[in-house]
Amino acid sequence: MKLGGWGRFGAEDTALTAPRDGSEAAEALTRGPVIARGNGRAYGQSAVGKTTTISTRNLNKMVSFDAKKGELVAEAGVLIGDIIDAFLPRGWFPYVTPGTKFVTLGGAIAADVHGKNHHIEGSFGQYVTWIEVMEADGTVTRCARNKNRKLFEWTIGGMGLTGVILRAAIRLRPVESAWIRQTMVPAANLRDAMRVFEANHDATYSVAWIDCLATGDALGRSLVMLGEHATAGDLDVTRARRPLAIPPKRKLSVPFDMPGFMLNGHTVRAFNKLYYWKGCRAEGESLVDWDSYFYPLDSILGWNRIYGRKGFLQFQCALPLSTARDGLTALLSAISEAGQGSFLAVLKRLGAQDSRFSFPMEGYTLALDFPATTSALALMDWLDGITLDHGGRFYLAKDARMGADTLRRADPRVGEFAEMRGQKGRAETFQSVQSERLKI
Amino acid sequence: MNIPGPVLILGGKSDIGLACAHAFAAEGHPVWLAARDAGQLEAAKTDMALRHGVEVETFAFDATDIAAHEGFVDGLPALPSVVICAVGAMGEQLDNERDVAKAAQVMRANFEGPATLLGVFANRMEARGSGAIVGISSVAGDRGRATNYIYGSAKAGFTAFLSGLRNRLAGAGVHVVTVRPGFVNTAMTAGMDLPAKLTAEPDELGTAVLNAVRKGRNDIYVRRIWWLVMLIIRNIPEMVFKKLSL
Ligand SMILES: Cc1cc2nc3c(=O)[nH]c(=O)nc-3n(C[C@H](O)[C@H](O)[C@H](O)COP(=O)(O)OP(=O)(O)OC[C@H]3O[C@@H](n4cnc5c(N)ncnc54)[C@H](O)[C@@H]3O)c2cc1C
Ligand SMILES: NC(=O)c1ccc[n+]([C@@H]2O[C@H](COP(=O)([O-])OP(=O)(O)OC[C@H]3O[C@@H](n4cnc5c(N)ncnc54)[C@H](OP(=O)(O)O)[C@@H]3O)[C@@H](O)[C@H]2O)c1
Repeated sequence: MKLGGWGRFGAEDTALTAPRDGSEAAEALTRGPVIARGNGRAYGQSAVGKTTTISTRNLNKMVSFDAKKGELVAEAGVLIGDIIDAFLPRGWFPYVTPGTKFVTLGGAIAADVHGKNHHIEGSFGQYVTWIEVMEADGTVTRCARNKNRKLFEWTIGGMGLTGVILRAAIRLRPVESAWIRQTMVPAANLRDAMRVFEANHDATYSVAWIDCLATGDALGRSLVMLGEHATAGDLDVTRARRPLAIPPKRKLSVPFDMPGFMLNGHTVRAFNKLYYWKGCRAEGESLVDWDSYFYPLDSILGWNRIYGRKGFLQFQCALPLSTARDGLTALLSAISEAGQGSFLAVLKRLGAQDSRFSFPMEGYTLALDFPATTSALALMDWLDGITLDHGGRFYLAKDARMGADTLRRADPRVGEFAEMRGQKGRAETFQSVQSERLKI
Repeated sequence: MNIPGPVLILGGKSDIGLACAHAFAAEGHPVWLAARDAGQLEAAKTDMALRHGVEVETFAFDATDIAAHEGFVDGLPALPSVVICAVGAMGEQLDNERDVAKAAQVMRANFEGPATLLGVFANRMEARGSGAIVGISSVAGDRGRATNYIYGSAKAGFTAFLSGLRNRLAGAGVHVVTVRPGFVNTAMTAGMDLPAKLTAEPDELGTAVLNAVRKGRNDIYVRRIWWLVMLIIRNIPEMVFKKLSL
């Protein structure tokens, strides 16, 4: 069948199989090359197998929970959203979550996802105690920081290219409520936004929505959103009665592809202006429920269809602290010059991270999406160049079109990754359409 | 406030049965899972108890072992509030055509077994004066087609049984729900290339069954489009129908 990524840009033929246990998974490996697929939220073809794609949709059982340590053992196909549904009512929340709750445990580990708290709490991998990985020969290896350490470190951020994650143990964070105390700080331009990030380095969560069509003195105009888990004492009487529950919400869905012309420079510009002014009016503190705070897009199921049939592309790079301001200025100038606005442009401060192949590094990350058009593809090549010039790197979970050379120039770790892939039959057994394109 | 009563799932290993179990467990109902090999239910039991914090128990039964039905029901901790039957087997149409033993097995697993077992529950629920019985039948029972009429005919029997049972128990406080799924993405259909718009996820069945029990719905299709599809299929004149390949 034809399978693609969340951006719906390009689809490839692959056989999709959904094993129910280890022996079925081992059997699927013989129909390789294969790659594991979680919930398909990576934008490109990270989870599309060259020949066979192993879906973890049937490996979705929770196995045990240790309430003393806050440690959950679960199969790789369990969704972050399932973990929240099950454990938030008991006062636990994931330490790290991406901007959608519809990702699997396996996908979160394989992409070593980051959240709004990366600057102080690091990435998902930090809260993983151990992982069980099915390797190329079909054997299952349990790895941890003190056991089969290399496999552990390569698997976190390894994009499925070390093997199939079957189960893992992760630690959860104790919380007193289901609410976030949000502080909205408008920033007039990029310099201002970065100042807000640096001044609020001790905030648990911080992220900025950025108006990438603003120019001149307003270049980088943004709304910085800071957040803290609300304590029981932060809640009013009604909410304090059931601090771990939130009122049910209505789900919207996008049932069909919107015509591509609905999204253009004008509509995006208008939307961005409106969003910014609304944000400025909401300046200051408010209580926001966890779902709206962490996953604003999840309330519109299938929102990726608003970009129409051709799909869309996401660009996400990280820039080191030393070059971040210049690099971001150059990136934003290029975008506004090209007039290719993006609804969802997100700026985030990243903390220090030392890992084998994960994306985050100390500095800033900028993420934007564009409808998949020839001009957007050209712009993204241009943005690649700017990122390279400033010593930045790219997020593979978002990539759908980068060249192998670009990746090599951006990331010196690729050499060692390839070396690891050369061992134990990994390179022959585990391949995605993306890994083939990037030659990793 | 009402304490949610226990929900028994016959065919507790099936994806549809489990999805129903999750839907009820999420509402606080204790869940009893029954399958031929109860040992294979352990992972699902742990998972369900962890997610929903409800009591989960497992039982062994064989729907085609008719002589054992009364004993199985006697062996349960109590008469459940809701019983959901997701037992079924499709086999391969060609095998079913050529091998009477296989055909008979399909007929038993989809009709004789489930109907007789639900009949035992029906009698006891009638005596108690309360309960809900849910049978997972299929659109395949709406009209026999060359490509799966052995399975389809058994489902047709099951659908008719459920409708008669509902009629009989309407005044007795026992509600009977017929569920006619179209395509569902489960073990039964693994590897088939199904049209996405017509194919439901097991979760959708779980939610639909929960709502049907709560709202007293009688006979449901899952994904409304199937109602229309089957309306058309049922109304094609036989002269034309017999020449179609569907
Ligand atoms: C709206 C939205 C917001 C997002 N926000 C963020 C964000 O804030 N931060 C962030 O870091 N990311 C973000 N992402 C990206 C997303 O978190 C990652 O792509 C994540 O990996 C998706 O998980 P998945 O289960 O869908 O995996 P898939 O997309 O199916 O797979 C992703 C990768 O993980 C591998 N993989 C999946 N399961 C396994 C397994 N069991 N064993 C081995 N490898 C496996 C696949 O091979 C593939 O390489 C966002 C994505 C969306 C759509
Ligand atoms: N999937 C679809 O597209 C679809 C469409 C319409 C209707 N349905 C119906 O939905 C129901 C559930 O099916 P599913 O899709 O979830 O597939 P499934 O996983 O194959 O479920 C079928 C279940 O029936 C059980 N079973 C078969 N014979 C049995 C017997 N003699 N005694 C006890 N249990 C028996 C099996 O139990 P074991 O685990 O013990 O083998 C299995 O759990 C079935 O009635 C099916 O006909 C399915």
